[in-house]
Amino acid sequence: MQKRHAWHEASVTTLPVMFGYLPLGAAFGILAIEVGIPVWGALLMSLVIYAGAGQFLAVALLAAGAGLVEVAVATLMLNSRHLFYGLSLLKRFQGAGWRKPYLIFALTDETYSLLTTHGGERELNHAQAFRLCLLNQLWWVLGSVAGVLIGTTLEFDSRGIEFALTALFIVLTLEQARRLRQWLPFAIALATGIGAVLLLPDRHLLLGAIGATTLVLLIDHRRRQTPREALTP
Amino acid sequence: MSTVELLVFIAVCAGATFATRVLPFVALARQAEHPLILHLGRYLPPAVMMILVIYALRDFRPLADGRLNVAPDGWPLILASLTVVGLHLWRRHALLSIAGGTGAYMAMVQLGWTP
Repeated sequence: MQKRHAWHEASVTTLPVMFGYLPLGAAFGILAIEVGIPVWGALLMSLVIYAGAGQFLAVALLAAGAGLVEVAVATLMLNSRHLFYGLSLLKRFQGAGWRKPYLIFALTDETYSLLTTHGGERELNHAQAFRLCLLNQLWWVLGSVAGVLIGTTLEFDSRGIEFALTALFIVLTLEQARRLRQWLPFAIALATGIGAVLLLPDRHLLLGAIGATTLVLLIDHRRRQTPREALTP
Repeated sequence: MSTVELLVFIAVCAGATFATRVLPFVALARQAEHPLILHLGRYLPPAVMMILVIYALRDFRPLADGRLNVAPDGWPLILASLTVVGLHLWRRHALLSIAGGTGAYMAMVQLGWTP
């Protein structure tokens, strides 16, 4: 009974991700079939790569006939923002046991957002985190299956539904602000985020903003420590 | 492209993606309690969330190129976002805020409505 309740709670939490992942996964499936990737190949990509922008890039590289080294470098560059996600989850994932490899594998933008926000009031346990991750990937794979199968002939006019992900990020930002009650990280993010939008090309935008934010947070940490050290000669 | 070539291609993509996710856990496994890491663990998530919002709204550039610019989906984006914020501050019900904002956005985009 309790387990069923936990799954129910997890599916409610991942509902907004579902609204984003189904159409996005479908878009990926349609695109993959269009450039000539076989059905099994497209589904395998959603199963073992599991990265939104990363898979779209992979399709583009495949269509362009890019070399393997080029593919590896481009993928590493595009996904390097995940480095910073891991940094802030080191402690969180401690003791997750056999679930840990999958928790790390499934660390997309959306999963990271859910995991770091919904731990607040009562610490999200590893089993529940695992359920969230699994459901998120399930939505992604189901979306890919839909894209591969029905192609472009969707009856339901779903234009604009991908806004669900934007709405999710807004809600999670508000929840984070409510929990933290400090303006500093948001001010830093506003500065680096808007700076990146104005200065960087689209594909480097997220990495640039998140990298710069991490750097500023490190400097801030150093700054906070110095006065205390100065007091103890 | 042969089956084997496609499999190798997918393996390279999967490996590179997983590498970026697993590296901190492998390289810094023993540093989880380090004050610097704790500091990042506390402040990075809210900052990243804010950045993801800015990223998602990047098409709204009211002053691009020094003049008033309204991208085709710029206004619906910002109006739907304000709907989400308003709903969430009012009821603090995540699904309601997300469904309300997304519904508003879909209506505006599909009906081709801009102010």
